[in-house]
Amino acid sequence: MAKYVIKRVLMGIFSMFIVATLTFFIMNLVPGGPFVAEKSISVAAQQALEEKYGLDKPLGVQYLNYMDGLLHGDMGLSLKQRGRTVNQIIADKLPISCQVAGIAVAVALCVGIPLGCLSAYHRGKWADNVIIVFATCGIAIPSFISSVLLLYTFGMNLKLLPTTGLNEPAAYIMPVTALAIYPTAYITRLMRSSLLDVMGQDYMRTARAKGVSSVKILFKHALRNAILPVVTYVGPMLAMLMTGSFVVEKIFTIPGLGRDFVSAINTRDYTMIMGTTILLASLVIIANVIVDILYKVIDPRIKLK
Amino acid sequence: MGHLNKKNPLSLQLNADDFLPASQEEKQSLVIMRDSVNFWKDGLRRLRKNKIAMVSLVVIILIAIFAYVLPAVWPYAYDEQIKYSENLAPFEYGKKELERIEAGEDVFPHILGTDRNGRDFAVRLMMGTRISLSVGLLASVLVLIIGATYGAVSAFAGGWVDLIMMRITDILNTIPDILLIILLGTALKDPLAQLAEQPGFDWMQKLGPNMISIFIIFALLYWVGMARIVRSQVLTLKESEYVTAARALGASNGRIIKRHLLTNCIGTLIVTTTLQIPSSIFTESYLSFLGLGVAAPMPSLGSLATDAVSGMNTYPHRLLAPALMISVMILVFNLLGDGLRDAFDPKLKN
Repeated sequence: MAKYVIKRVLMGIFSMFIVATLTFFIMNLVPGGPFVAEKSISVAAQQALEEKYGLDKPLGVQYLNYMDGLLHGDMGLSLKQRGRTVNQIIADKLPISCQVAGIAVAVALCVGIPLGCLSAYHRGKWADNVIIVFATCGIAIPSFISSVLLLYTFGMNLKLLPTTGLNEPAAYIMPVTALAIYPTAYITRLMRSSLLDVMGQDYMRTARAKGVSSVKILFKHALRNAILPVVTYVGPMLAMLMTGSFVVEKIFTIPGLGRDFVSAINTRDYTMIMGTTILLASLVIIANVIVDILYKVIDPRIKLK
Repeated sequence: MGHLNKKNPLSLQLNADDFLPASQEEKQSLVIMRDSVNFWKDGLRRLRKNKIAMVSLVVIILIAIFAYVLPAVWPYAYDEQIKYSENLAPFEYGKKELERIEAGEDVFPHILGTDRNGRDFAVRLMMGTRISLSVGLLASVLVLIIGATYGAVSAFAGGWVDLIMMRITDILNTIPDILLIILLGTALKDPLAQLAEQPGFDWMQKLGPNMISIFIIFALLYWVGMARIVRSQVLTLKESEYVTAARALGASNGRIIKRHLLTNCIGTLIVTTTLQIPSSIFTESYLSFLGLGVAAPMPSLGSLATDAVSGMNTYPHRLLAPALMISVMILVFNLLGDGLRDAFDPKLKN
């Protein structure tokens, strides 16, 4: 077990290193620099700025410098948001993004799992059919479409919910719903098929034959086994919510990290691009590592390799 | 023999007709019970019984006609700007067009109105669907080719080659792809645009450099899932007797992969490729929505949706139409993929 954990963690760290390196070089492939677009400054001033941020050095040296800083937890100064370090900006914006994504995760799990169980339990009846139709449609709607449609219906037409920012609790409803629709639908389907699979197993029949009450069968025997695929989905789900939040934050004008990432790319704010990519990637990678390890802990049937 | 047919309905006496010599037809029907069933016939028979999958298939065909055939016969072009007809509501006519109607001319109605540059929105929606559908299909084929080859080679080679190849996919799998896609999309935009201007690369100009960068992205990052599925299939197949037999007969590795292994996991390949299409369509529309998709004046469903967001209050249909189209496309391809899985890959079922 310890060997597996160490191996998985090392691989995660290596992935992060790959992400950081790839991002650095791809980013520098993007034509134009952070100070080219600013017409107001002279060539001399531009050179001075580049010198200040170390952009005049060869790419290899820049890369080593950045990696050195990164290892010490310093992601450098933002090139566009003057006078602020990337660490500060992330500390400001990440909690906002995490709040929305976190609530969406909670909603997806709290709605998806019971719906999936309900659907499996009433297999073939109308409740099952209704849930399946909703789940199938939910998977087909990308988050950017559901958010603009929500915005149009509830924000602009019915004027029920605030359309921008996160200043009041009601403002969370639309962005969270838009983000949560897809994972909820996916979890519902996953839960349904895995519960159906588990309910057909021999040990379920044995439990029933022993006279265990059906509530206990469902919660003790079936759910604990059926929930495994959902656990593995948490990692990918987190990645999806993070990236889904880019457009959702843009549409609902939420001052989160996703919006900063997109605008940083457009303005060639190199340190900001690096900072946000590395941060989001590490969040996803860490989640994946934890889920992988948890999976082996929960399900003893899986052999450790 | 007439008297034999008269019998008491309650009698247990056997029906004498059953003992008459068989006619020629009856003999024939006993000889050929039914046509021999091969893989394709069997799968198609099961698919035809699946109503949801068949309806999805019909919808896909309709969408394909809408996207590939209809623009050719439509009286407006997707980049044709009609003066004095900007921002029309559905079935509304512009100033000049009303004059033409009064003069007795036939003017084709703008079924979905026009956009802010006076371009017929219906034909733009068709072109957008064409782009999105083409990206979905081509990207999936690309993923299929790269993923299937990679997976098959990895499984077939085994040993340390397999180990290294699988570690690479493991790492690619942990990298959040959308981040890299957005970065790559921006990075590849200008170099490809420059390359497209070189002689010999005219075809790139036609497709648009952004389309090419989307394909490159898919080719680089999206084949991992496919490669893993093919690998696990090939791993089980390569232990089978007929592969041993082929090897004993002196077949080369390439021939075994091509003739025995790939043909035997074709069901899985079809299903995975079909299910890849909606996810490619999704990614393309997501990129276009962020402004990294196809270049203007080419529309894609995602970029049509982005353009409509700002004027969503006044012209909701311009947002609803592409939104509905994307969702329906993803939905029907998902449903068809599920149907195909049930039909061609019974092993994967449940």
